[in-house]
Amino acid sequence: MMKILVTVKRVVDYTVSIRVKDDQSGVDTANVKMSMNPFDEIAVEEALRLKEQGIASEVVAVSIGLPVCQETLRSALSMGVDRAILVETDLNIEPLSAAKIFKAIALQESPQLIILGKQAIDTDYNQTGQMLAGLLNWPQGTFASKMVVDKNSVQVTREIEGGLETLLLQLPAVITTDLRLNKPRYPSLPMIMQAKQKPFQVIQAATLQLDLQPRLKIVKVVSPQRKRAGIKVGSVKELLDRLKNETQVWQ
Amino acid sequence: MTTLLLIEHDNKKLALSNYHLLTAASKLTEEIDVIIIGYQCESVVKEAQKLPRIKKVLVANASCYEHQLAENCSELIVSLAKNYQYIMASANTTGKNCLPRVAAMLDLAMVSDVVNIISSDTFERYMYAGNALATVSTKEPIKILTIRQTAFAKAAIDINQTIPVDNIDIIIPDSLATFVKQELTKTTRPELTAAKIIVSGGRGFKSAENFKLLEKLADQLGAAIGASRAAVDAGFAPNDYQVGQTGKVVAPDLYIAIGISGAIQHLAGMKDSKVIVAINQDPDAPIFAVSDYGLVADLFDALVEIENNIKDK
Ligand SMILES: Cc1cc2nc3c(=O)[nH]c(=O)nc-3n(C[C@H](O)[C@H](O)[C@H](O)COP(=O)(O)OP(=O)(O)OC[C@H]3O[C@@H](n4cnc5c(N)ncnc54)[C@H](O)[C@@H]3O)c2cc1C
Ligand SMILES: Nc1ncnc2c1ncn2[C@@H]1O[C@H](COP(=O)(O)O)[C@@H](O)[C@H]1O
Repeated sequence: MMKILVTVKRVVDYTVSIRVKDDQSGVDTANVKMSMNPFDEIAVEEALRLKEQGIASEVVAVSIGLPVCQETLRSALSMGVDRAILVETDLNIEPLSAAKIFKAIALQESPQLIILGKQAIDTDYNQTGQMLAGLLNWPQGTFASKMVVDKNSVQVTREIEGGLETLLLQLPAVITTDLRLNKPRYPSLPMIMQAKQKPFQVIQAATLQLDLQPRLKIVKVVSPQRKRAGIKVGSVKELLDRLKNETQVWQ
Repeated sequence: MTTLLLIEHDNKKLALSNYHLLTAASKLTEEIDVIIIGYQCESVVKEAQKLPRIKKVLVANASCYEHQLAENCSELIVSLAKNYQYIMASANTTGKNCLPRVAAMLDLAMVSDVVNIISSDTFERYMYAGNALATVSTKEPIKILTIRQTAFAKAAIDINQTIPVDNIDIIIPDSLATFVKQELTKTTRPELTAAKIIVSGGRGFKSAENFKLLEKLADQLGAAIGASRAAVDAGFAPNDYQVGQTGKVVAPDLYIAIGISGAIQHLAGMKDSKVIVAINQDPDAPIFAVSDYGLVADLFDALVEIENNIKDK
């Protein structure tokens, strides 16, 4: 039976209306609600379902970042993950560095499947899974909306530009989740209690002997101009008249 | 300085995204090569030979490349990479699938979803579902970028030219992944990312049956149909209709959002549209904050009235 690795990133909760810092150095994350990246919840859910189906024997969650990322791993354990690994670092971890760390963990753990989110909703990069697959030279099933796992292979349905594509990947493989793969469960109270007893390993990123220095420089972050001086129209007729008279888009 | 562009195609036609990609690339270097990886893609090659300002059309035409799998396509691009300072693709599912893999194999960081080119090594991209705009610079020796189509104008084709073709006979069979099937949404309407007008529906439609009401309006306007995630999840519309942070990013001349509340994840995909119209029964719906024209009304009544008015003309 196989082991599955899932990655979980701590991000600003998707319901938070973020604020860009006045000095343009980034987004204000002090005192805002943080959660597990929604795509990673989907990754965890999928791994748990494979365990419940008797296909996987163990699900291990990994997170990279500051000690507070323990919270995110605790949520994963409360959902039903067996064991957690925190790779601790205060560096700004870009997708390439994250992929290098996940590769190092994969070499230690030898999972048959690694499931990541397709994108982290804070930086919106959408790179890490593909990079990890490239570094490991494993096949990749990105933007997955369906997975059927067999002993030696996984059939993945992917959301692509004009519809869906299905691929058969040899295991071990890397999968990244899209929104329609599943609906993640909520942790139950007994599971939250059990989570406290589960194995939790902390690894210092520096001990992995990897080049994790950021390669991208964030020069500045601003709030994009938006908000239109929109008007409310009183009727369909007024709407169409205005579109006709005030814009070029409606003939 | 030379750029390599990964061409998006389906072995028959060149995707429209390539014309936008080319505009972005020509802001960076004089020399641009394009690469077509596919099988029996002669018609694509012919179209590519008309792309303005390019120097060479590289063609890897073999059955192992028919489905443009990330595994062997990436390896092929990696084998050519040393000749280039930039490697670029459109920021859609093909480019996003392949280029990060290429970047990692070359031990390079990359910049995805570029919306503006500031200088040879500095780019703008959105974060946080479009709520923060970051300026990012990179010193990597090869800059790997995916380009957001809506942010760059479309380059015109040059029918008088026929750029030379360079056949690449590197064959990289793929043992890791095999293609099983493809199910594409059939539509006669314009592509979402290229449409001048988009009519988009949300959960407010309440059923797949009702969502079909949008089709009539779309036909009258020659528009494409979009949808919110809620509408897609509820099965009103296919997944590739989804507009937003994790769906398609669109910027038509006119975007009509009907029965869509305007969650930030949806706005991320459409707020750069030239004119935005919202129809919603809730006067406090956030969609109104980004709309040029807002109509507070029951969408079913409004739709009938709009259709009748267009007919009357
Ligand atoms: C990680 C993540 C990614 C996401 N990505 C996307 C994305 O890419 N795209 C996206 O769209 N969403 C995305 N979402 C979901 C997003 O947060 C919202 O849930 C979604 O956009 C809501 O869709 P909606 O506006 O159709 O539904 P609702 O928010 O339920 O709004 C329905 C609206 O219809 C109106 N209405 C109801 N009946 C009528 C009527 N008869 N006449 C007129 N108006 C009526 C209501 O007033 C309401 O405003 C994402 C969420 C997450 C967590
Ligand atoms: N610091 C991190 N900790 C845990 N997982 C991460 C981290 N960074 C990226 N990931 C994973 O990689 C996915 C894609 O991230 P990205 O490429 O940054 O959009 C996320 O959904 C996570 O599963």
